[in-house]
Amino acid sequence: MKSKKILIVDDEPNILMSLDFLMKKNGFEVFVGRNGQEALDIINAERIDLVVLDIMMPEVDGYEVCQYIRKTPSLQHIKVIFLSAKVKESEMQKGYDVGADYYMTKPFSTRELVKKVKELT
Amino acid sequence: MIAEWIVVICTFGYLLLLFALAWLGERWRERGVNLAHNPYVYALSLSVFCTAWTYYGSVGRAAEGGYDFLTSYLGPTLMAPLMWLIVRKMIRISKVEKISSLADLISSRYGKSITLGVLVTVFCIMGVLPYIALQLKAIGTSYQLLSGETLYQPLQLASFIWNDSLFYMTLGLAVFIIIFGTQTIETSGSHTGLLTAIAFEAIIKLFVFLVIGSFVSFFVFDGFGDIFMRIQANDTLRPLLSFRHNTDNDHWLMMMVLSMLAIVLLPRQFQVAVIENTDENHLKKAIWLFPLYLLVINLFVIPVAFGGRLAYFDTSVSGDSFMLAFPLSFNQRGLALLGYIGGFSAATSMMIVSTFALSTMFTNNLMIPVLAQMERFKGVNFSKITIYGRRLAILFILFMAYLYNRYVVSDVPLVSIGLISFVAVAQFAPAALGGIYWKGGTKMGAIAGMVTGFSIWLYTLVVPNLIATGFLPQSILDQGLFGWSILKPQALLGMDTLEPITHGMFWSLFFNTTCFFFISMGSTQSSKEWNQAELYVDIYKYSVDYEDKVAWKGKAYVSDLRLLLQRILGPQRTDELLRAFTTRYGSTWEKQQTADSRLVNYAERVLAGAIGTGSARIMISNVVKEDEISLDEVYSILRESQQMMELNKQLQTKSEQLRKAKVALEAANERLKQLDEQKDDFISTVTHELKTPLTSIRAFSEILFDNDDLSAEERSGFLDTIVKETERMSRLINQVLDLEKLESGEQRIELLPLALDMVIRQAIAATSQILEGRQLRLHLPESDLLVTGDQDRLLQVLLNLISNAVKHTDPATGEITVSALSTAGSWEVCVADNGRGIDRENQSRIFERFFQARDQTLKKPVGTGLGLAISKRIVELHRGKIWVESTPGKGSNFYFRVPIRYTIENVEN
Repeated sequence: MKSKKILIVDDEPNILMSLDFLMKKNGFEVFVGRNGQEALDIINAERIDLVVLDIMMPEVDGYEVCQYIRKTPSLQHIKVIFLSAKVKESEMQKGYDVGADYYMTKPFSTRELVKKVKELT
Repeated sequence: MIAEWIVVICTFGYLLLLFALAWLGERWRERGVNLAHNPYVYALSLSVFCTAWTYYGSVGRAAEGGYDFLTSYLGPTLMAPLMWLIVRKMIRISKVEKISSLADLISSRYGKSITLGVLVTVFCIMGVLPYIALQLKAIGTSYQLLSGETLYQPLQLASFIWNDSLFYMTLGLAVFIIIFGTQTIETSGSHTGLLTAIAFEAIIKLFVFLVIGSFVSFFVFDGFGDIFMRIQANDTLRPLLSFRHNTDNDHWLMMMVLSMLAIVLLPRQFQVAVIENTDENHLKKAIWLFPLYLLVINLFVIPVAFGGRLAYFDTSVSGDSFMLAFPLSFNQRGLALLGYIGGFSAATSMMIVSTFALSTMFTNNLMIPVLAQMERFKGVNFSKITIYGRRLAILFILFMAYLYNRYVVSDVPLVSIGLISFVAVAQFAPAALGGIYWKGGTKMGAIAGMVTGFSIWLYTLVVPNLIATGFLPQSILDQGLFGWSILKPQALLGMDTLEPITHGMFWSLFFNTTCFFFISMGSTQSSKEWNQAELYVDIYKYSVDYEDKVAWKGKAYVSDLRLLLQRILGPQRTDELLRAFTTRYGSTWEKQQTADSRLVNYAERVLAGAIGTGSARIMISNVVKEDEISLDEVYSILRESQQMMELNKQLQTKSEQLRKAKVALEAANERLKQLDEQKDDFISTVTHELKTPLTSIRAFSEILFDNDDLSAEERSGFLDTIVKETERMSRLINQVLDLEKLESGEQRIELLPLALDMVIRQAIAATSQILEGRQLRLHLPESDLLVTGDQDRLLQVLLNLISNAVKHTDPATGEITVSALSTAGSWEVCVADNGRGIDRENQSRIFERFFQARDQTLKKPVGTGLGLAISKRIVELHRGKIWVESTPGKGSNFYFRVPIRYTIENVEN
C-alpha cells in the first residue's frame, strides 16, 4: 500500500519539526508548508490526503486554506485537522463551519493527534 | 428771506410725513414686522435726548463757553456702559410689575404709594413743561428767522393765538401723539408707530446737522484748521480754545453727573429706554450705538459755533441761531429750510415722547387714583375715562407749554432752561436708584427727600428766573429771603463760589439724598413697602413666576375680579388675559368661587399695565377684602418661597451633578470595557504566544518519551529545542511582566546623570557575538554624551534596537551603524541598518505590543514582539521620543532621543 500523503502547515519551525518527525515515524509521506500560500501550492501540486492546519498565519490563514479545499471539487477527498492555539468555542465552531474534520487545540497530545490522523486516513 | 407760506408748507409737510411713517410702522406691525422690536430702532429712539437744545443750543453754548457744552454728552456716554446694570434692572422691574412710567416705578417701590406717584407726576410736569416750551421757542425762533427780514430781529408775538402758526404746529403734534399714543389703554405695550417716527427723526436731525456742519466747515471756511487758526488769531475769541475758559473742574464734574442722571431719569428717556423696551438684549446694541450717535452729532458743534463767532463777530446774531444764520447769509435757501426741518425734528421728537410720558403719568398716577377714591366713580368703566383723560392731558400739557413759551419764556437762552429741567429730574435719583439698590429706603424717606430737593430746586433755580422776569422782588436775590443772607437763592448757606446751576444742583441733591437716607433709617416700612423693596432689589431672583412670590393674604371673589377687569380693559381683553393666566398656571380658578393670591396678583399686574400700579392697587383693594398682612407674615412667606427656591436650586444642582456623574460613569465604563477588551486581547495574545513554545516542548517531550529508538543525534537535537523553547517562554513571561510594571508605574526608572556613550559601547560589546559577520560601525561625537537617565533601561533599549537590526539584516551583507548627535536639549541616538525595511503603514505600529510585521512569511521573527513596546515605554519615561524612518528594501533607521536635563515638570507629568 502506498503511504498516505500528509501536509503539515504551521508558521512555527519547531512545531513543524516535531510534526514532521511524528508523521514520518508513523509511515506517512510528509509535506511541509510554512504559511497558507505554501500550503495551497502544495495542495494543488500533490495529491494530499490529509492536512494538519494551523489557523493563525500571515496572509492566507488556516480557515481560508480549508475553505479553498472544501469548495474545490477535485480536492473533496482531503481531510482537514485544525491544530490551533485558539481555544474559544466560537473559533472552534468556525473551524468546523469551514469544513474541518477535526479541531485540536495546542499544546496538543502527540498520541491523540497520531490516533486521529490514522482514523481519518 | 423765505416766503412764509413755503416754511408753513414744509413744516406741515414734514408733520404729514411723520404721520405717514407712524402709520406705516403700525401697518408693518400688523403684518408681523415690528420695528419696535428692532435693536437699532431702540438705540435710535434713545436719541430723543438730543433735542432742539442739542441742535441749536449746543452751538449757542459752545459759542459762549467753548467746550463746556460737552458735559451734557460726556455724562450719557459715561453712563452708557452702566445702563446694562441700571436700565436693565429697571426694565426687568417694569416688565414684572407692569410699570408704566417713572412715577409708577417710584410709587410702586414704596408700597404703591399714591402720594409719591402724585408728587413725581407734579414735579415731572413742573420740571419738564418749561423744557417742552423751550422746544416750541426753538421752533418759533427758527421759523421767524427763516421767514423774517434780518438775522436778529426780536421775537414777535402773533397778536392772537389763532393767528400764530406755532399754535397750529403744536396742535398738529398733539393730534399725532393722540392718534399713535393712545389707541389702547395698556401703556406697557410698545407703540410701534410712535417709535418708528422717533427713529426717523433721529436720523433726520443727525443727517441735517452733518450737512450744515460740513457746509460751514468746508464751504464757508476752509476746514477745521482754518476756523481754529482764525480763532487763535482773534484776541477776544482766543479764550474759547481753552478748557479753563469760564469753567472749573467742579462745574464739569457736576454737569457730567447731572447729565448721567438725566439720561436715565428724564421722563422721555425713561419712556424710550425702559417702558418701550421689548428685549433687554437691545441694550447691548444701544450701549455702543447711542454714544456713537452723540459723538457724531457733536462733531460739528465746535466748528459751527466758532465759525459763527468769527462770521458774526460784533453783531447781535445769537449763538443759538448760527445753524440757520449761515445758510441764510449765504443765500442757500434750500439748505436753510433743511436746517429748519432738522431743528424741527429734534424739537418734535422730544415733545412727542415727553408729552406722551407725562400724559401717562397724569392719568395713571394723578387722575385715576383721585377719581377711584371718589364715591361717585365706584363702578364706572374706567377704560374710556383713562383714554380720554390721557388725550386731554396731552392737549393740556402742550397747550400749557405753548402758553409758557408765549408768556413766560423771554430771552432766556435755551441751555439754562434745559439744565434747570435736568436738575429737576435729578431729584428723583435718590428715591429711584436708592429704591432699586437699597432695601432700606422707605416711603417717608422718599417723600421727604423729594420734597426737600424740589423745594431747594424751586428756590435756587426757578425763583431767580421769576425775579428776573419781575414776578418777585430783586431784594430776595440780593439780600436773601426775609433779609437773611444765608437764604440768598444763589448763595445758600453762604456758598457763593459756585455757578448758579451747579449751586442749585449741589444743594438740592445734597439735602435730597441726606433726607432720603436719614429719614429712611429712622422710619419703618409697611409690609407692602417691605414686599416691594425685596422685589425691586432682588428682581433677578423674583422675576420668574412672579405671581407666586408676592406675599398677600385676603379673600376675593373671582366674579368681582372679572368684573373689575372688564370695567377697565373691556370684556374681550379680559377673557384673553384670563385665558393666558389659565394656560400659564394650568389653574382651575374658573371652578372656584374665591380667587387665590396668584390670580389676585395677576389681575393687579394686568391692571397696572393699563392704569399704573398705584391706581391698580386702589381698584383691587376695592374688590378684595384684604387683611393687612403683618411684616412677620410677609417675611415668613418670602422666606418660605426663598427656601423653596433654594431647595429647588439645590435639587437642580443635585440632579445636574447626578447627570454629570452618570455621564462620567458611562465614560468610565466605556473606558473600562475598552481596557477590558485591550486586556483580553493582550491576555489572549500572551497566552497564544506562550502556547507556541509550550506546544513544541510538549510535542518533543512526548516524542522523547514514546520513542526509545531515537538516535543520539535526534535525542540531543530535540532536547536542545526543548531547552530553547523553555528559554523563549521565560523570556516572554519576563518581558510581559516588565512591560506591565513599566506601564502601571510600579517600575520607576532611576534617573541619574550618566554618559550615554558609555552605555552605547556597552550595548555594542554585548551584541558582538550575535553579529555573525555583519558590519557594525559606531559614530560618536568627541564630547561626552551626558544625559539624565536610567543606565540599565537605556542599555535595554539599545540592545533591543541593535538585536532587531541584527535580526533583520543578512549576515553577509548586513551593515549596522550606531550614531549620536546633539539636538536642542537632548541627545539623539540612531541605530541604522540596511535590512529589508518596514512598510510605511507599519512604521507607526511596530511599537505596539506583539505587533510583528506580517510580511515576514518565510521565517517567524525571533523575539517576543514586546521589545519595541518596552523600549518605547522606557524612552517615554525619560520624556524622550522614539521613532523609525525606513525605506522598504533599503533599511531602517531607529531613533530615540533622551533629554539632557530631566526637569521637575517632566517628572510630574
